[in-house]
Amino acid sequence: MISVQNLSFQYAAGNAIQFPDFTVTRGEHCLLLGESGSGKTTLLHLLGGLLRHYSGSLKIEDTELAQLSEASLDRFRGQNIGFIFQRNHLINALTVEKNLMMAPYLAGLKIESERITEVLSGLGLAEKRKSRVTQLSHGQAQRVAIARAVLNKPSIIFADEPTSALDDKNCERVIHLLMDVANQHQSTLLVATHDQRLKDKISNQVWLSSL
Amino acid sequence: MSIFTLVWNYLKARPLNTAINILLLSLGIAVITILLLFNKQLEQKITENARGIDLVVGAKGSPLQLILCNIFHVDFPTGNIKLNEAERFAKHRLIKNAIPLALGDSYQSYRIIGTSQKYAELYKAEIQQGNWWRNNLDVTIGANVATLTQLKLGDKFASAHGLADGGHTHNDHQYIVVGILKPTNSVLDNLILTNVESVWEMHEEHAEEEEGHAEHEHAADSNFIPSPLVPSVGKGDSLKEITSMLIQYRSPMGAIQLPRLVNSQSSLQAASPAFETARLFSILGVGVDILMGFAYVLIVISGLSIFIALYNSLKERRYDLAIMRSMGASRTKLFVSILLEGGVLTMLGSLIGLLMGHGVLVLLSGMVEETQKAGINGFIFYPEEWIILGGSLLLGLICAVIPAIQAYRTDISRVLAGN
Repeated sequence: MISVQNLSFQYAAGNAIQFPDFTVTRGEHCLLLGESGSGKTTLLHLLGGLLRHYSGSLKIEDTELAQLSEASLDRFRGQNIGFIFQRNHLINALTVEKNLMMAPYLAGLKIESERITEVLSGLGLAEKRKSRVTQLSHGQAQRVAIARAVLNKPSIIFADEPTSALDDKNCERVIHLLMDVANQHQSTLLVATHDQRLKDKISNQVWLSSL
Repeated sequence: MSIFTLVWNYLKARPLNTAINILLLSLGIAVITILLLFNKQLEQKITENARGIDLVVGAKGSPLQLILCNIFHVDFPTGNIKLNEAERFAKHRLIKNAIPLALGDSYQSYRIIGTSQKYAELYKAEIQQGNWWRNNLDVTIGANVATLTQLKLGDKFASAHGLADGGHTHNDHQYIVVGILKPTNSVLDNLILTNVESVWEMHEEHAEEEEGHAEHEHAADSNFIPSPLVPSVGKGDSLKEITSMLIQYRSPMGAIQLPRLVNSQSSLQAASPAFETARLFSILGVGVDILMGFAYVLIVISGLSIFIALYNSLKERRYDLAIMRSMGASRTKLFVSILLEGGVLTMLGSLIGLLMGHGVLVLLSGMVEETQKAGINGFIFYPEEWIILGGSLLLGLICAVIPAIQAYRTDISRVLAGN
């Protein structure tokens, strides 16, 4: 599913970062741990194809990402990967429904209304379908972001610090929600975090050392 | 979901900004549209009305006035000329046609023209109802006159002296409507046509009272030679007067010789419609140019405003762009979406501007009688309007190209890692 070997990346500033080798098999979840500045986000962006030009090997579903052109990388990302960020990054100009529609539209997939209904009601957001994003509470907005990430049934879901801004109760709720939706869609969940509270939730862990 | 939905929602999300940009542009476009329509139609009217008339001969005075009065019927006569002086040119070998005009009276501000049948032929006029004028005091009226004054066949009316409504009326003699013309889309639509003798008859009563002349009926003597201009009058009649004479040349040589020949006659003046209307346009042109310049300033400002709006909104939208990339949008798609946003804004602005321009002219022609008389119509569309639409689309794309390049270059990783 995910295979990282001898991976390193050079920042524009010139300093390079070396990542440990690891593999994650399909359906397995994994925690990417490390202090701030240890390169968690960089690794996540490399895995998601948001950053290119690495050295070493990085394979997602047996595809070496460096071999994809930028346009096919965009398509690959849209169809196989769902992202969840610490901030929800919903598009304020659009309603909840249109935010969700963006996922299949941008990935070049068919927009299925039933699928949106299914995902929204699974996350308890059915009645918010036509709401403006700006009218949602933080929790609701985060659930919409999760709904958007899983809508295309991606094989991998990357979550970058999804819980670090949350209190214990909400942290618990969100990580369970993430694991539930990932299981539901047979997706691999990869969470990058420095949040110690998550350590006992996912046993499969990769440690990044600080620079 | 489509790129249009996305762009439209972004525009809707900033309603005030979008509205002001559209308003600015549409005002500029509206001014340009009005000027375009007005200029085009006026020019068309003027050339149509002056078509076939090579020279106007009348009393000395302003040549422009002579043209305005005798071709477009919007100004007052420069004075009268003696029929026998005009006759001298009427049979000149370089002249194909000479048409006499006798002006002076009006009915409800529609001018009554004493002339010959050839005048109506100039505008290829056809009868809609009734007949051409035949006897004295018969009139055939233009299509506009018929609709706006409600005159019908057989109606009688008294004319008023001068052009203004409510001047001195000639109550003793009443004209009778014998015919109504089909619309010719020319100045003829606003005229009341009769023969020259009728106009004389209207005015000779005064002459009789004041000067004690007997009415000047043409004597039926054996050596009566009819005047080439007004056949009922003897050639060389020294008393009759007309306002002017419209001339068609037989050959281009006429344009060279005749004006000089006429102008050398002390009491007559010749004016060329082509030359005078060109002069009129160059005078009007200054005002048109200023308005045009104003419109372009509006358009440039709206372009700048659109650029600034897109540029600023892009700063707020960096995360949106990055997120869209993370969902699989290509750089090109984002580039196109920003371009489209500029294009949609300017297309809307120019469409609304075109509608406003036409709307203003429709209102104007409905409310102001002068525009109606001039035949300005708000429902006519010109191919130049496609150029306006195309130009504004281009403007939108140009304004959006820098923001779009910014969108294209968005470093997704850095933006997403930025917080």
